[in-house]
Amino acid sequence: MKTHNRMLWRDLWHLRGQLTAAALVVACGVAAFVSMRSTYESLLFAQADYYSSFRFADVFAQVKRAPENVAARVREIPGVAQVRTRVAMPVTLDVPGLPEPATGQMVSIPDRPRPMINDLFLRRGRYIEPNRDDEVVASEAFVVANKLNLGDRIGAVINGRWKRLNIVGTGLSPEYVYEVGGGTIFPDNRRFGVLWMGERALAAAFSMEGAFNDLALTLSRGASQPDVIQRVDLLLARYGGLGAYGREDQLSHRFIADEIAQNRISSSTLPAIFLGVAAFLLHIVLSRLVAMQRMEIGLLKAFGYSNRIVGWHYLKLALVTVVCGVMVGTLVGLYLGGKLTELYRDFYRFPRLDHFASAGVLALTTLVSVAAGAFGSLGALLSAVALPPAEAMRAEPPAGFRAGVLERTGLARLLPSSGRIIARSIVRRGWKSVLAVLGIACAAGMLVLGGFFYDAVRYLMWMQFEVVQRDDVTVAFNEPRSADVRHELARLPGVMRSEPYRAVPARLRFEHRSRRVDLTGLSPQSELRRLIDVKLRPISLPPEGLVLTAKLAEVLGAAPGDDVTVEVLEGARPMRDVRVTGVADELVGVAAYMDVAALNRLLREQGALSGARMVVDAKEAPRLYNRLKGMPAVSGVAIRESILKSFEEILDRSIRVSTLINVLFACVIAFGVVYNSARIALSERGNELASLRVLGFTRREVAVILLGEQGVLTLLAIPLGYALGTAICWLLVTRLSTELYRIPMVLTARTFVFAFLVVGLAAAASGFLVARRLNRLDLIAVLKTRE
Amino acid sequence: MPAVFHVHGISKVYRMGEVEVHALRGVELDLYAGELVVLLGASGSGKSTLLNILGGLDVPTSGEVYYLDHKLTGASEEQLTRFRREHVGFVFQFYNLIPSLTALENVSLVTEIAEHPLDPGEALQLVELRERMHHFPAQMSGGEQQRVAIARAVAKRPDVLLCDEPTGSLDYATGKIVLEVLARVNREMGTTTAIITHNAAIAGMADRVIRMSSGRVVDVRRNLQKISPAELAW
Repeated sequence: MKTHNRMLWRDLWHLRGQLTAAALVVACGVAAFVSMRSTYESLLFAQADYYSSFRFADVFAQVKRAPENVAARVREIPGVAQVRTRVAMPVTLDVPGLPEPATGQMVSIPDRPRPMINDLFLRRGRYIEPNRDDEVVASEAFVVANKLNLGDRIGAVINGRWKRLNIVGTGLSPEYVYEVGGGTIFPDNRRFGVLWMGERALAAAFSMEGAFNDLALTLSRGASQPDVIQRVDLLLARYGGLGAYGREDQLSHRFIADEIAQNRISSSTLPAIFLGVAAFLLHIVLSRLVAMQRMEIGLLKAFGYSNRIVGWHYLKLALVTVVCGVMVGTLVGLYLGGKLTELYRDFYRFPRLDHFASAGVLALTTLVSVAAGAFGSLGALLSAVALPPAEAMRAEPPAGFRAGVLERTGLARLLPSSGRIIARSIVRRGWKSVLAVLGIACAAGMLVLGGFFYDAVRYLMWMQFEVVQRDDVTVAFNEPRSADVRHELARLPGVMRSEPYRAVPARLRFEHRSRRVDLTGLSPQSELRRLIDVKLRPISLPPEGLVLTAKLAEVLGAAPGDDVTVEVLEGARPMRDVRVTGVADELVGVAAYMDVAALNRLLREQGALSGARMVVDAKEAPRLYNRLKGMPAVSGVAIRESILKSFEEILDRSIRVSTLINVLFACVIAFGVVYNSARIALSERGNELASLRVLGFTRREVAVILLGEQGVLTLLAIPLGYALGTAICWLLVTRLSTELYRIPMVLTARTFVFAFLVVGLAAAASGFLVARRLNRLDLIAVLKTRE
Repeated sequence: MPAVFHVHGISKVYRMGEVEVHALRGVELDLYAGELVVLLGASGSGKSTLLNILGGLDVPTSGEVYYLDHKLTGASEEQLTRFRREHVGFVFQFYNLIPSLTALENVSLVTEIAEHPLDPGEALQLVELRERMHHFPAQMSGGEQQRVAIARAVAKRPDVLLCDEPTGSLDYATGKIVLEVLARVNREMGTTTAIITHNAAIAGMADRVIRMSSGRVVDVRRNLQKISPAELAW
């Protein structure tokens, strides 16, 4: 081995603790990048592959009932490539082993399999047999969640008739990658599923022979989607069209697209933080090393080693560290990416969602890490190269403290001697102190951000299911029912209070902006479904006019006092201008509300109802559920407790994983920064600390002086981290404010305390490790050496 | 005169890798209250080791050391720290000032943890550096730094002042100024003072001169004609 290589290994060994800390930070950055980026690519690939192989539609439309020949006219619209018409109906299901009724989305499929838009992927079992009216292919998520098997039978109320359906296969469709239904965005796979049934059987069951109520189409290349949508709407209007919409408004697609986009952003920001911190750590470690090895550098140069070789030596130290970090980080990243992808498999149903990391990802992470390492070592490298041999062989000049800002402001006088040593050292290190604070602040910020998601989602669920929606059970009727139905509902077992509502699909238009929403008529005395303002105070529903949710008001650009055009997409499809009389704050979806009496007047109907919200005596609930399962009028049942429980399970699982990763990463950063800074302080100030010990200072007192600096930096960093984290949360809140949901800006004390504890403990642990070295301080040796 | 330090048969063996180094071999010694002792010897003679043991920085391999009626040998790390804190003032060849503290603050550092200290300004007055008290070490000459170190050492009114080559890093003139300060502290405050040096000329200012060689005390001589540092020449 060449001598300078031996020197490299010795330096590596000597600095193993500090370089390991830096390598770990690199590893975290690489792991974060590899895991998130590979998951992002895997999701993107799975999505693109699925959409193209199974012909995911570009435009969707629902209609009350349109004759089949309308499809031919849709096909003639310029820009339309292919059209598929279907019968799609929600039904109430009785699933074996499930006490509550479930909702099934029945979707028609051809009697024999053929390639089509929104094609069915058959995972298990077989396709339905032609002309059988009791066979269905059920969605995989639903079958798995309910632990059903092929051949199991489930009960369904189809168009008022009780029927047993035989599950012959399980399947997936690109429309239901994120499988939610029944007007909610919260997945509950036990209580919602898609059932594919032969088109003839389904059409017969719903008296839809020769007709359809659901249409999907693909666009040809270069087609204008808005134009096509407009023409489809014109065509379908007289058949009860509910308004066509593009992929971007398709619920399942929207969720995955958002998720993928978020993955893309976080896969580049988080690793950047880590690599920045790693570069900083390498910088301080190598700068110190160069300072300590002045003699050796001078000697090597005096012997005739070139600047290139000397510089290369220090660069190699950085590179070995980075490469070790990259290797460990890649392995961890691949593992975590696999786990993350597995987590996504719970949420999103693809025929295949395989985790893979492309060569590009691995090459990019290596390249970026090496660049960060080289950048971090640049300063040290340059100072090693710049040292003239003669000067290098003289001892490092003593630390030049001068009167500075602390003295001019008189701050120094307020501090005890140990405090002055700490304060002056921080001030003297200048931007290194600033960077250390920033590094630790990143760790705290990361934890705040992690806690924020938990806090915000919790708050959202609380607001939706405790403040706004306060019923136990919501039932939806398959079609509007007369006002008398309220007496029937009140007589159902266990129903303690019931509040009927009227809901119609409507298009709201203001100036050139429009939105398709559910227009809901509520009783002004409604207790189970409340409208609230920003401060969570209930709003009383005015007898006339519209109350818009804040997001809808924002989207339409309408405010109280404005007249909005309401185009009802049901029945006689009346179109009227209605004044906006209020704005309500809701976190989920966009909606508009009216007094139910006013809505009935608008629709020119006598107190028709679409469903009811009920408070139920828990003891009677099973009997109620049994009754609901068999009620022909009921097309959907939502049970608050079940939604909450199922959501909680999913949330807990993903939060556990992400919290663990978050804490781990934050610890590595805080530990890396504090450990390295303290080690360097110990190395730079060993003589000083030993002198203090000789003067009679105890180990504890000396440790306070050594670690006080890190302590002060950590204490400065934590509030900064809070601010940083909070700012990023704000950014996210603004960015994630979509029509599907708004993430509320909620941060609890718990999150801040947790961040404080994790960062504080990580800093304390690293400080403790360094403090132990104080015991090994050789009091005699340092007194014999010149600083 | 009562002995402040009583050293009985101490030996010190270091292990330097595979070799055993006998730094001290059965040293017997007493130091008396108020006297100024110069420990003379070549490098490697064991004088620094002896001083470190007296100051509670090091422990002998065998033998006993008493400070008044406290037995230093066998004392715990904490007890030795307290001993240094309460009784010993150190002056080193390389001053060992805290670079981030001014002259005054370096002195205050010690007076803050002492029981009956001098006023830090007064201590600097004693070494004639009062006007430089707000300077940082990097802004002072070597001689000035050493005088601050002496002020720091005496400010807590130590019972003994242990000086390891205090003039080793200084030029002739500055060295003599520093020695004068040490002599004055010994004279005016009555502090028992031990100065280690390899410079035989310094022996002239001592009450007693102890010569060491190869880890043994080879000669103890009382100076009949003690001279002032100003009269020393080397």
